[in-house]
Amino acid sequence: MKKILRRNEFYIALTILLLGIIIQTTSGQFFTANNFVDLARSLIVPGMLCVGVMMILVSGNIDVSFPAISMLSMYAVVKGFEITGYQGPVFAAFILSGLIGLFLGAINGILAAWLKLPTLIITLGTGSVYLGFMQGVLKSSVISVLPKPIANLSKAYLFTVHNAELGVSSSLSVMFVLLPLAALSVALIMRYTMLGRGIYAIGGDIISAQRAGFRVPWIQIFVFSFMGALAGVVGMTRVTLTGMCQPTTLIGIEMTCIASVVLGGVRITGGHGTVTGALLGALLLTMISNSLILLGIPSYWTKFATGVLIVVGIGITAYQALRADRRVMANILQSDAKPIPNGERDHA
Amino acid sequence: MQNTLLKIENLSKVFGGVRALDAVSLTINKGEIHCLAGENGSGKSTLIKVVSGFYKPEGGVITIDGKQYGSLSITNAIRLGIQVIYQDFSIFPNLTVAENIAMNYELYNRKKLVSWSKVREIAQESMNHIGISIPLEEKVENLSVADKQLVAIARSILYNARLIIMDEPTSALTRKEVDKLFRVVRQLQSEGVSILFVSHKLDEVFEIADKFTVLRNGKLIVTDDAQNIDSEKFIYYMTGRKIEEEYYVPEVIDQEHTLFEVRNLYLKNGFEGISFAIHAGEILGITGLLGSGRTELAKALFGLYTIDMGSIYVDGEEVQIKTPQDAIRHRIAYVPEDRLTEGLFLSQSVKNNLVVSHIDALLRWGRLDRRRMDAQAAKWIDELAIKVHKLEDPIQTLSGGNQQKAVLGKWLGTSPRVLILNGPTVGVDIGSKFDIHAFLRELAARAEMAIIIISDDISEVLKNCNRILIIDKGRITGEYANTELNEHSLMQRVTAGEVEEA
Repeated sequence: MKKILRRNEFYIALTILLLGIIIQTTSGQFFTANNFVDLARSLIVPGMLCVGVMMILVSGNIDVSFPAISMLSMYAVVKGFEITGYQGPVFAAFILSGLIGLFLGAINGILAAWLKLPTLIITLGTGSVYLGFMQGVLKSSVISVLPKPIANLSKAYLFTVHNAELGVSSSLSVMFVLLPLAALSVALIMRYTMLGRGIYAIGGDIISAQRAGFRVPWIQIFVFSFMGALAGVVGMTRVTLTGMCQPTTLIGIEMTCIASVVLGGVRITGGHGTVTGALLGALLLTMISNSLILLGIPSYWTKFATGVLIVVGIGITAYQALRADRRVMANILQSDAKPIPNGERDHA
Repeated sequence: MQNTLLKIENLSKVFGGVRALDAVSLTINKGEIHCLAGENGSGKSTLIKVVSGFYKPEGGVITIDGKQYGSLSITNAIRLGIQVIYQDFSIFPNLTVAENIAMNYELYNRKKLVSWSKVREIAQESMNHIGISIPLEEKVENLSVADKQLVAIARSILYNARLIIMDEPTSALTRKEVDKLFRVVRQLQSEGVSILFVSHKLDEVFEIADKFTVLRNGKLIVTDDAQNIDSEKFIYYMTGRKIEEEYYVPEVIDQEHTLFEVRNLYLKNGFEGISFAIHAGEILGITGLLGSGRTELAKALFGLYTIDMGSIYVDGEEVQIKTPQDAIRHRIAYVPEDRLTEGLFLSQSVKNNLVVSHIDALLRWGRLDRRRMDAQAAKWIDELAIKVHKLEDPIQTLSGGNQQKAVLGKWLGTSPRVLILNGPTVGVDIGSKFDIHAFLRELAARAEMAIIIISDDISEVLKNCNRILIIDKGRITGEYANTELNEHSLMQRVTAGEVEEA
């Protein structure tokens, strides 16, 4: 029990539950089937990105270029399909987009391993290059009529629920299956492979990892390549979900993702983090942006609420650490032992 | 020879024209505990790195099990059963005990997948083997230094280790923990494992080692049986000079002139009823075991903890010390226990480090007066005999002793009225240690500032403090003049509380 209380995941799950209850009591629309379906649908993209970001942060790195990778990959594939008039199976779109992402991510990884610069700076640079490439070389613009195979996929649903009271219905896209797939594969890699343990190891102490025999540059290249491939697939997912290809659709999502996983207990300094935490963080932020509408709060307050949550959430932890630092934790005095007679105490 | 495990002959290693190792020879027998001593820059780290395969030597032969090698690679050294436990232990703070013990071994065996039951099994077996027990699922960052070290040892024996090299393993341990470590070391010895033990502490050499070797300036100075050594010889071998410290007895103590006084200090969980006064000319020593409250007291005097009750007087005037800023305003200076994290800006220059404590005084029209800054820094480098190449060199390039002198210089620049030194010579080579002691005595004789040395180094306190307070469980349990005591009797009084408990 004590162990559970010490875990960040517990507190964020509690916050999610509390928020749910508040929304339920004020709007009566939280614990309803169609709200859950809407939430699940909104969680697909940030959820997948967050498990990747978790991996990057655990390794002690950071990546802010993945939205650019997503957008470039998806735009290149959709545009390519449009030009060639591709009519084959749709999964080729995801594989292609993933491969482009993998390639772009690998560039990040190689630069990080080779230049040994802070990866924030590297990915700020490459992200800008990727975006510029899409807008300049590919001359990106909105594609509102998707190629047939993708357009068909965006109308494929797992199920639909109806809300008789509001007279609305919500459908869950088949794309949802990618989220548990991504989460599960990251969880397995992180927990059950030496590679995954190596990611924790380099995030914990990179010099110890070298001495232990981990191939640190390869691990770095792996995490960035993985993030890239994931971002590529997410890009196509986004296209499918929105039914159009809007080349700026994911701009700024890197900050939301990083904020989510940090709220979910992933340490920005590396070495600590779980898939559960990352998903809970993503869920919390998705809930806020989705449900403030249910509370009748204008949507521009979403960013404000997100910011407050981050500052408060991180602030509490930091403040506790600060307080602990100025207090003697071990009971040196052993105050419950019998008091010393006064004569002895005044010895000095 | 059946009994010899490792034989090094005429080993040399050159770094950019400097002979870090100069024709060093050394023999380690099976099941032998061999102590390697030497000051910073003596070549002991280089020797360790050559033996463990990190460096390729320029000349010499390493013989292991009768087979000769010109040099070893890291994997080769591991295959031959050589393991190094570094001072920082090379552990992963974010992972569990079980994983820390088993992971490197699994990696070494080219495992691709992790079997958690296997990891726990390996870790448990290894701990049983050396007779220790630490919760397998605990994160290593939550362990004490001593337990972290035991984790590192448990990890190292997995590779059929036959020679374990420990780099200053006792520097951060309490006496009880040292005993526990030594039990493990003897257990390994009884199984025929050899230990190369890097240490500066003479009493440890006596206690545990069969043989000892001293290096100085890359040269072998002596190899002998541990029983043939005494304190005087040991210091001479290490430093090349004959140093004898007399007991510090001030010529005059001006009892009328109280520089610093505290009455009835109380800190929740930390200490209570702490009262003492320092008069002009005195050096006050406060000693106690790790966890006795000595560090808490030192920190509280500098405002790093806020005392809950009691009063503090500087030059007879009552002052409120709640934060370090208060302490600095009342000209209290604090040389911390851990200079690397608390005392220095490691990547900044020697000059910047020396002037940072009184940078405001060096401002002229809102800008830094560079000339006065240089002059200030040069003054302290000269007065404290800090060995430095250039004023602009990052301070992390200096040896431990010179870094510590710089910390001292930094504070003396503020012309403090109270100087609190917490473990002033931890990790400092013997030569610099005596330099620092001599300097403190000189300062005390000027009778301008109250000096408090808080230390667990018995001989340091005994020789340099004319008055000694012993602290145990947060209370002062005794006060003595240093001339009443010798090392043995002081040690006895310091450990009295612990013995009672056991």
